[in-house]
Amino acid sequence: MILAKVIGSVVSTRKEQKIEGIKFLLLEKIDPTTMQGKKDYVVAMDGVGAGEGEVVFFVAGSSSRMTAVTEGKPSDATIVAIVDSIEIGGNWVYQKDQVDS
Amino acid sequence: MIFGKIVGTVVSTQKDDGVQGKRYLIVQSCQPNGDLLNEFHVAIDLVGSGYGEMVLLSQGSSARQTQDTYQKAVDCVVVGIVDLVEEKNCLVYQK
Repeated sequence: MILAKVIGSVVSTRKEQKIEGIKFLLLEKIDPTTMQGKKDYVVAMDGVGAGEGEVVFFVAGSSSRMTAVTEGKPSDATIVAIVDSIEIGGNWVYQKDQVDS
Repeated sequence: MIFGKIVGTVVSTQKDDGVQGKRYLIVQSCQPNGDLLNEFHVAIDLVGSGYGEMVLLSQGSSARQTQDTYQKAVDCVVVGIVDLVEEKNCLVYQK
């Protein structure tokens, strides 16, 4: 799985019929040691109700079809978790409740 | 598989309820001799690996071929802890 930050959403009205009613979120992959964006963007289907500004991690490839929301859908990236905190080398580099955004 | 070193953990309460009771580790990719690369993965720990240990990561749909992750939304798992790496007849890494 890859860590990323939800930085926006994507709306598409003309799309594959099977993915009607699924939320697309714009993710930017992050480097967990610095929590900075890597300028590497992914559009992922939202499986857990993630909101903008939250840190998440997503599953890519065929495993992204293994969630209830994306089963049988043409998805190759699905958000599977909203991150509460990240610890690197024994100290917290990210804690959701202490984010000042 | 690829080499990686355990550098941290991720805590998440609101997640896809696929895999229960397993730790989500942050693994930094590394060279066979242990030199770190600038690439990070979140992997599910199946072997009880600890901080700083070099491990083997299995990615993609193969990550679902274990008892705990079968048919689950997982694409990266720790499948082994490395004790020793031998390259061109010399020991490049030893735990």
